[in-house]
Amino acid sequence: MGLTLTWLSVVILIPLAGLFLKTSELSLDQFWSIVSSRRTLNALKISFGLALIAACINLVMGMLVVWALVRYRFPGRRLFDAIVDVPFALPTAVAGVALTALFAPNGWLGAPLAELGVKVAFTPIGILMAMIFIGIPFVVRTVQPVLIDLDVEIEEAAISLGADRWQTVSRVILPGLVPALLTGFALAFARAIGEYGSVIFIAGNLPNVSEIAPLLIVIRLSEFRYADATAIAVVMLVTSFLLIFAVNRLQRLAQTRMPAS
Amino acid sequence: MVDINQKRPAFGSAQADLRTEPRLIRAVIIVMAVVFLTIFVVLPLAMVFAQAFAKGVSTYVAALADPEAMSAIRLTLLVAAISVGLNLVFGLFAAWAVAKFDFAGKTFLISLIDLPFSVSPVISGLVFVLLFGAQGYWGPWLQNHHVHVLFALPGITLATVFVTFPFVARALIPLMQQQGSQEEEAAISLGASGLQTFFRVTLPNIKWGVLYGVLLCNARAMGEFGAVSVVSGHIRGQTNTLPLLVEILYNEYQFVASFAIASLLAMLALITLVAKTVLERHLDEGQRAGD
Repeated sequence: MGLTLTWLSVVILIPLAGLFLKTSELSLDQFWSIVSSRRTLNALKISFGLALIAACINLVMGMLVVWALVRYRFPGRRLFDAIVDVPFALPTAVAGVALTALFAPNGWLGAPLAELGVKVAFTPIGILMAMIFIGIPFVVRTVQPVLIDLDVEIEEAAISLGADRWQTVSRVILPGLVPALLTGFALAFARAIGEYGSVIFIAGNLPNVSEIAPLLIVIRLSEFRYADATAIAVVMLVTSFLLIFAVNRLQRLAQTRMPAS
Repeated sequence: MVDINQKRPAFGSAQADLRTEPRLIRAVIIVMAVVFLTIFVVLPLAMVFAQAFAKGVSTYVAALADPEAMSAIRLTLLVAAISVGLNLVFGLFAAWAVAKFDFAGKTFLISLIDLPFSVSPVISGLVFVLLFGAQGYWGPWLQNHHVHVLFALPGITLATVFVTFPFVARALIPLMQQQGSQEEEAAISLGASGLQTFFRVTLPNIKWGVLYGVLLCNARAMGEFGAVSVVSGHIRGQTNTLPLLVEILYNEYQFVASFAIASLLAMLALITLVAKTVLERHLDEGQRAGD
C-alpha cells in the first residue's frame, strides 16, 4: 500500500510537480508573454481546434461504425470489428509515416485527391486525418458495449406504442447512448489534442499554419528554452483537464436526466 | 465478444420490419462504416507493408540487418522488458490496493493511475527533462556525479514506465473488484500468510487479466514515440528505439528502410491484437464461470 503510493509518487507525482514548479519560477508577465505570442497561440488553436473537429467526426462516424457492427450482419464484420483497435496498437510513428505515404501527392489516396485539387498531406487537413485515425477506437469501444447491452424490450415497447423506426432510434435508443457517446468524444478529443507521433509526419509543420502545440514544445526544448516549453505544456494540461471535467459533468447530467437507465 | 444478433431472429425478411431500418439505409450505413474503416485503418496498414517491400525482399532484409536497426531492436527490447517488469509488479500492487481495500484518497489514487493516459506523450517526456536535464532540478548534481539519466537508458526507461503505467493496473482493477475479497478472507482464516494468499489465491484468479495488461503495456512500451523522443537525444546506434529509427530514416528519405522498421512494429501491433482477442475470450469465459 505505502509502496504503491511511493512508487506512484516517484513515477508520476514528482515529475508532474516539477512541471508546475518550473512554471512558478516564471513571473506572470513572462508566462503571459510566452503564452500569448502569436506562434504559441496559433499552435494551441491548431491543436485544440482540429482536435475538436476530429472528435466530432469520430463521434458521427464512430456511431455509424458501432451501429453497423452491432446491429447488422455483413461479410467481414468480425474482421472490421477487430481492426477498430489498430490505432490503439499501432505505434504512432508508424501510423504517421503510413498516413503520410497514403495521402502524399503520389500516394494511393493523395494522387486522386490531388487531381481534384485537394491537398491533404502537409496541410492542416493532413493533421485532421491523423487525429481522426487516432480517435477511432475511443468512440467505438465506449459505445459498442452499451448498444449491445441495450434492452431490446424498450425498443419493442416503443414500436408497440406506435413509434416508427426513426422515432424509436432518435427518442429511445440514442438518448440511452448519450453518456457513452460523450465519454468517447471526450477521450478522442483529449487524445487528439496531445497527439504527436502520428501528426508530425503529415502536418508539414509550418509555424502558425500547421504546427501543433506538442511539436512547439519539442522545438522549444531543442532550443533549450525550457521555460517556454513548460508554459505551453501547462496551458495544454490545464485546458484539457478543464475540458474533460466539463464533459464529465455533462455526462453525469445526461445520466441523471434519464432515471430509466 | 458477445454477439447480440445471435439471440434474435435474422433481420431482412421481405415485409417491413419495425425493429430495423429500411434496406437502403442499412446498406448506406454499412458502406459508410466499411469505407471509413478501410480508408483510415486498412489502407495505412497495407501501405506500411507495400512500402517496406517496394524494392523487393532482399532490400527489406538488408534494412533490418543494418547495425543501427539491430541496436534499435536490442534497445527497444531492453526498455520494454524493464518497463513491463516494473509496471507489472507495481500495477499489481496498485490494483490490489484499489480493489481490495477502502482508504481515504482512493479516488485520487485512481485518477493518478489514469493520469498518463490523458497527458500528451510530449509532456510526459518533458517532465523528465525538467527533472534530469542540464537546466533541470537534479541535472547539475547528476552531471557532477557522472550519472547519465537523460539521453541514456535510464531516461528512456523512466519515460516509458510513466507512459505505460496504467495498463496493468487498469486491466486488473475491475477484475479484482468483481471477484471481491471472500476467497482471500477464507484463505487467511484457514491460516495462510499474506504472501501465500496472494500467490495461491489471488494470482491464479487474475492470471488472464495480468497477461492482458502485460500485453497492452508491452505493445505501448515498444511503440512509444513522443515521450521517448523528447528524452532520448537521438544518439545514433545508442539511444534510438525502433519508433525513433522510423522517424530518422524517414526524414533522411530512406523510405524503404524506414517502412521496413515500421513493418516490424506493425507486425507487433497485429500480433498484439490477435493475442488480445484470444485473451478477451478467456476473460469472458472466466467471467461467465464466476457468475
